[in-house]
Amino acid sequence: MIILWTDALIYLLLISVVSIGVLLRNHDGLKRPLKKIAANKSAMVSMIILLLFVAVGLLDSIHFRAEGQRSSGVISVLDYCTQPLWHHTEKTYSAPFSAYLYSKEYITQEGGHQIWAFPRLKFGGSHLTHPELEKTADVLSLLMTGLSKGLILCLGGLGLRGVFRGKKSEQVKHRYRPGFVFITISILILGVAGLIELSMYYHIFGTDKVGEDVFYQTIKSIRTGLVIGSLTTFIMLPLAVIFGILAGFYRGWVDDIIQYIYTTLNAIPSVLLIAASILMVQVYMANHPESFTNLESRSDLRLLFLCLILGVTSWTGLCRMLRAETLKLREMGYVQAAKALGVKPFGILFQHILPNVMHIILIAVVLDFSALVLAEAVLSYINIGVDPSTYSWGNMINGARLEMAREPVVWWPLIAAFVFMFVLVLTANLFADAVRDAFDPRRSQYGQ
Amino acid sequence: MLLGMHLIQGVVNMANSILSVKGLSVQFQTDSEQVLAVDDISFDIFESETFGLVGESGSGKSISALAVLRLLPRSAQMSGNHVYFKNQDLLTLTETGMCQIRGRRIAMIFQDPMVALNPVKSIGFQIAEVIKIHFKLPLPDIYDRVLMLLRQVEIPSPESRIHDYPHQFSGGQLQRIMIAAALAGEPDLLIADEPTTALDVTIQAQILTLLKSIQDQVGMSLWLISHDLALVSTVVDRVAVMQKGRIVEVAPTTQLFKHPEHPYTQTLLAALPSLNSCNAGALLTRNNLLEVKDIRISYPVRKGIFNRVVSHIKAVDGVSFSIQEGKTLALVGESGCGKTTLGKGLLNLIADVEGQILWLGKDINGLQGNSLRRMRSNIQIIFQDPFSSMNPRMLVGQIIDEGMRALHPQLSSERRDSKVAELLQQVGLPVECAMRYPHEFSGGQRQRICIARALAVQPKLIICDEPTSALDVSVQEKIIVLLKSLQQQYGMSYLFISHDLAVVAEIADELAVMYQGKIVESGPVYQVLNDPQQPYTQRLLNAVPKIIRD
Repeated sequence: MIILWTDALIYLLLISVVSIGVLLRNHDGLKRPLKKIAANKSAMVSMIILLLFVAVGLLDSIHFRAEGQRSSGVISVLDYCTQPLWHHTEKTYSAPFSAYLYSKEYITQEGGHQIWAFPRLKFGGSHLTHPELEKTADVLSLLMTGLSKGLILCLGGLGLRGVFRGKKSEQVKHRYRPGFVFITISILILGVAGLIELSMYYHIFGTDKVGEDVFYQTIKSIRTGLVIGSLTTFIMLPLAVIFGILAGFYRGWVDDIIQYIYTTLNAIPSVLLIAASILMVQVYMANHPESFTNLESRSDLRLLFLCLILGVTSWTGLCRMLRAETLKLREMGYVQAAKALGVKPFGILFQHILPNVMHIILIAVVLDFSALVLAEAVLSYINIGVDPSTYSWGNMINGARLEMAREPVVWWPLIAAFVFMFVLVLTANLFADAVRDAFDPRRSQYGQ
Repeated sequence: MLLGMHLIQGVVNMANSILSVKGLSVQFQTDSEQVLAVDDISFDIFESETFGLVGESGSGKSISALAVLRLLPRSAQMSGNHVYFKNQDLLTLTETGMCQIRGRRIAMIFQDPMVALNPVKSIGFQIAEVIKIHFKLPLPDIYDRVLMLLRQVEIPSPESRIHDYPHQFSGGQLQRIMIAAALAGEPDLLIADEPTTALDVTIQAQILTLLKSIQDQVGMSLWLISHDLALVSTVVDRVAVMQKGRIVEVAPTTQLFKHPEHPYTQTLLAALPSLNSCNAGALLTRNNLLEVKDIRISYPVRKGIFNRVVSHIKAVDGVSFSIQEGKTLALVGESGCGKTTLGKGLLNLIADVEGQILWLGKDINGLQGNSLRRMRSNIQIIFQDPFSSMNPRMLVGQIIDEGMRALHPQLSSERRDSKVAELLQQVGLPVECAMRYPHEFSGGQRQRICIARALAVQPKLIICDEPTSALDVSVQEKIIVLLKSLQQQYGMSYLFISHDLAVVAEIADELAVMYQGKIVESGPVYQVLNDPQQPYTQRLLNAVPKIIRD
């Protein structure tokens, strides 16, 4: 077992989120918003998909030593589960579901003479003798196998749920009727099962330049995306919220100091800061080779530093917005009334100011999350992003620069990265919208 | 014969009726339900007549005016038999046709002149814009017309002010400019939607007189929409009373006020606060609860790169008064006279208050930390705007509970819950309200919750900062009654800050009139109201609209 820095921080974040949830479990004001989220179908679908992403990310954040596996000898639980994917390495590019390589080669035939043709892949579709004739039927039958496996799983789950429910409700019919959430999960399970079955025999998103499976790269990138999105937010949020609210609430010299800090920070080009700090880390790692024995810990430190420096440079915008909103809120009647009632300043900040700027924070965080995933791609482009050996959508998009210029075009790495990024950002946006609406009592449908 | 008379009269009415509305209804479609905002109303406005439409907020008066101009939001559905404007049916007219009516034939002025004018364009430009749309005139002529209009609405030295921007004018002047812009199209009908509500009492009267005199000059019709019955009674010829989307009564003004027929009109008239209702009984002298001596509050004016304080604006300039136990002192003045600042200063919500604030003989000015928090339970405040004075994200129960938690942390949560229930009952709200959010309540109910919040810490003095001015007349009446009965029950004192002398007469024992940061006159309320000494007090009193009952 090896604990990388980002692994530790991710699980720390997870534990703190879960424990806050447990602490607030019986809070009066939370019941209505939660019910409202549960009633919102698009929010629930988004949440389930997000949870799947998070689960993949979490599985990918438990690393252990496996001698002889890969160059570094360190793999994650996700790697362990998806062994066939990264064992199946081809020579170079191959299209999705293809049985042939994407470029022609001289192939030596049995007779000894050579021909100039597309060679067969080592793994993709290698069980077929005549791929042109058999492929479609094979893909369909594999898909059906996968779907039926998934279906068995779903039905099992439904039965189990019914048995558990049996204690509560007597009606058999009601007990076994699948709910909305259950249907969504089932569809997801079916899809995942089909993909797993197919990916055993084909490269469903093709392979990249060095013949690595793109599907594998894409799901490995989920962790990088989540780490950059969540850790950066985790660093940026306290800075923005604390400074913004304090500046707006206390005004005077507190406000002056905080304003000077963020205008100064804003005046420095952030790319410069990021480049400097990444170079600093690289120099540090070069001078202390004994602390970084494997590739994983080197690229991990670079990722962590990237999060840190992105966090430090990106809090100013939100801070400014929160300061402006707090300046407005502090003159509101309820804040004045709370002062007159003798509520202490920190009580006012937590009871009155913070809940009323929460919607701004939520929107900013979700928008920043998507912006950060994109920023990572941009930074990788100028070589100050994540380590080139780290799987990330940014690196994939960066690589696509040359692939798009090829003739014929290699489109699948870009599309794969795009689809996954799109789904993650979209579901995060939809879910955050629903959360914001649910926690705003003025939008509540109940009790009117 | 009678029938003939009737017919002739009908024909005559039709002939000189300028706007004839028949069976107009407006429906709003929301996500969950249909709301009937205007329900089958019919009325006529005649040439050169002043017509008043009176009703409480939400009764549909503004919506009916917007419906006539076809300016309703998209979620509204309009239906009706006809809306004739000079034999043209506005309901069937094309949108291009409507554009020739709006601004040119029918003009409208709105409640708040501060938001109706574009802050980055000069007022001359904005009036000229209206003229340009409707008349093809060379530029110098337009300039002359703008000047003429500004003169007509009595803006002093219009030549020098024509290029000024809206922020350089006072609220009353801005409303005059809005009137000038409305008159620019030489309309036959002017719709004035609450034209004076955002203004001070003395200025209200001026604006109405101005409207009336302009109407006499140009002979247009005026449709005045207001929530204020007393105000309307001074200017209009006929009044229509609106309730929940319906017109319940239409009558000539004098007749309506003398013999109101509909029960709703009767309750509205009864709810009107009147100057005569003041307490004329001899005042028993009691202990002074609060004594204020020579209070001064000033705001620093900062300029330059280092925010140096270059001067001060004196908001409160040497005010002294005292409040007796169980009595009500009213502080009256126009907006900007420093009365709200004074109230906040007494509560220590504003820093840098000079002077002495003696609470039972002990100076509490400038207290800090725990000694200040101990004082907090003695003085509480109720704000003017019931919409912003409660945290929208807290349950009503939590809102009322807040002060008890802060000032009496030793109370158990069960004790506090039962106290919240008790307080809700006292202010006349059901106990279940504790689990609801403030936005689910109407303005009057919210003000009751604010009163409950203040009562929760058992104060001896409550500062009421215009607690009724954002409310409808009938609700206003109920809140005043509630405040009075709570005073009798608990024997606390009020500092009642208001601009409305009529409301003050209902509740106050003593009265102090404030003008530009100073108290110009004070004394027992009946004495000040019946025998005002200072010219400013007299002006205030004259500006209070009185209902013409005979």
